[in-house]
Amino acid sequence: MTPRTLFDKIWQQHVIASREGESLLYVDRNFVHEGAFHAFFALAKEGRKVRRPRQTFATADHYVPTVGREHGLAGVIDPEIRGMIELLEHNARENGLLHLGIDDPRQGIVHVVGPELGITQPGLTITCGDSHTSTHGAFGALAFGIGASQLKQILATQCLWQKKPKTLRVVVDGTLVAGVGGKDIILAIIAKIGTAGATGHTIEFAGSAIRALSMEGRLTVCNMAIEAGARAGMIAPDDTTFRYIEGRELAPQGADWDRALQWWRTLPSDEGASFDREVHLGGSALEPTITWGTSPEEALPVSAQVPAPGEMAGADKREHAISALAYMGLTPGMALTDIVIDRAFIGTCTNGRIEDLRAAAAILKGRKAVVPAWVSPGSSQIKRQAEAEGLDRIFTEAGFEWRASGCSACAAMNGDIVPAGMRCASTSNRNFEGRQGKGARTHLMSPAMVAAAAVTGRITDVRTLL
Amino acid sequence: MQPFTTLTAVAAPLAIANCDTDKVIPARLLRKLRAPPHGYAPYLFYDMRFDAQGGERPEFVLNQPAYRNAGIIVADVNFGCGSSREGAVYAMMDHGIRSVIAPSFGDIHYANEIQNGMLPVILPEDTCRKLREQLHAKPGAELSIDLEAQTVTDPAGESHRFQIDAIYKERLLKGLDEVGLVLEHLPEIEAFEKKHHSEHGWLA
Ligand code: SF4
Repeated sequence: MTPRTLFDKIWQQHVIASREGESLLYVDRNFVHEGAFHAFFALAKEGRKVRRPRQTFATADHYVPTVGREHGLAGVIDPEIRGMIELLEHNARENGLLHLGIDDPRQGIVHVVGPELGITQPGLTITCGDSHTSTHGAFGALAFGIGASQLKQILATQCLWQKKPKTLRVVVDGTLVAGVGGKDIILAIIAKIGTAGATGHTIEFAGSAIRALSMEGRLTVCNMAIEAGARAGMIAPDDTTFRYIEGRELAPQGADWDRALQWWRTLPSDEGASFDREVHLGGSALEPTITWGTSPEEALPVSAQVPAPGEMAGADKREHAISALAYMGLTPGMALTDIVIDRAFIGTCTNGRIEDLRAAAAILKGRKAVVPAWVSPGSSQIKRQAEAEGLDRIFTEAGFEWRASGCSACAAMNGDIVPAGMRCASTSNRNFEGRQGKGARTHLMSPAMVAAAAVTGRITDVRTLL
Repeated sequence: MQPFTTLTAVAAPLAIANCDTDKVIPARLLRKLRAPPHGYAPYLFYDMRFDAQGGERPEFVLNQPAYRNAGIIVADVNFGCGSSREGAVYAMMDHGIRSVIAPSFGDIHYANEIQNGMLPVILPEDTCRKLREQLHAKPGAELSIDLEAQTVTDPAGESHRFQIDAIYKERLLKGLDEVGLVLEHLPEIEAFEKKHHSEHGWLA
């Protein structure tokens, strides 16, 4: 048999019908959040209901406030925001979906709770009306984001017509030095191939540096595959994956577990399987990496200087850099470590997991933040786990606010904004203009790097604080 | 879905590389209902179109008299990258824009345009630049798009051929409803489910 990639295996197993370059793909797991209201409206307008309610899961994350949560829905002051949260609850109830609402102990960011509850598993097709659905690919699943219309189709049919993407393998070999992790890997990859570098492709991340990552690190890498333009990101499942899933609430149990494991072990790309493209990156030489501009590809090692647009190749890159530097208020040639920050934020579906909080706390222990800073754990379960480990005290003693779980200042939909002109060291995934609030300036980096910036007040190489 | 066949309309040049969907409609406006009569039109390119007081920024292309009624945007590389928000398409549609011409698109946004009967046209970077120059030179000039023939005709009368997958073309020309296209296969879907879920019982 011809050797097949992980992607090919999952794709072929889920194709129901084909026509003129498109395939009808079966969707195993679908997630919805408050932003799904357009799809539910359209569904109801057509008089339809969710066809397979047990295969769609709802969680309130984008709009939930991160303060005052002990009051539940009553604590949500903004009526529009409260309306969004209520609307999701209503649509979930009407359609019989499992709903992790604002006061559910399992509530959290959709791309955090999927894995955490064992809903995300290898070999599955997974969709969500959110571009960072690529996150779930860290388990060896084919997971991709869709818009409201396609979400409506999945709700109505559990299927989707899809054009088969091409495949790109990104191989990261070597051993990461202390202070460098998943976030640095993915920022370096995006800087190398660009935000449109993987358009039309599914990326498989491979190589010894990827294999060595924990599930948390792999989730961070796949989370930002979309920032390289990819349809999806994936990593072959292995014992690290299986250990993470075993025993989780919605993971297969008993005899099912054994059958699942047997299947999952067949999924990794076969020896000699061919990819449409391949890119290599040395892991050992990687430094902590941060963004300086307003696109995730505008990233550099922390020891670098703010680049001069004039020295960049390509007119569109030069033009983008000129406007990015103006927006970010930076001067070419200045050391990245001379950039003074005003805010620090740790959280999101990129870096709001327990390991992320531990890495930040390790830097913060015995130190004090010199700028306003806050943490929003990726899920309510992670929040409790962190509290059990005493991390919350480390954060609060360092001057961080210890908030409840949600998307928070990632897209600033819940009101957690970075004020105009303020510069934020952030663990999120997008540094677009206005993403964290109108006029807000975002530098993307790892949780440990955000902690380092918080205690020094400037971009700092975390390795000097280890 | 409203079919797309031909369109002759004023085209606005928008030379922003990697114009992400956060730019097309900022996240904080996504909680708005798409209510008649204006829908999402007031939110299109909100932070570029309006200043902090809500006043129009005269330098922004869609605020200039010649481009106010634009039905086409000629953009730059990687248009619509980033967030999957379909609100970006609703804002353009509700503002009267039915087609974006660009050298490349973000994948999810491309699909979202097709789903709503908007036509994403891919033309080479040089051609897009040339079109934008023509539109700057003659503000308010029109472009003509013919989906059947797969051509864009510029103000100088020159026609540029573009590629589009046959399946998307058919869907746009006929304005086909996608749920219907899926449900045609309901018996196969049910058969698939039966087999798939008997092999992987915990997924049912
Ligand atoms: S944390 Fe940010 S990227 Fe992740 S789902 Fe929420 S808004 Fe999207």
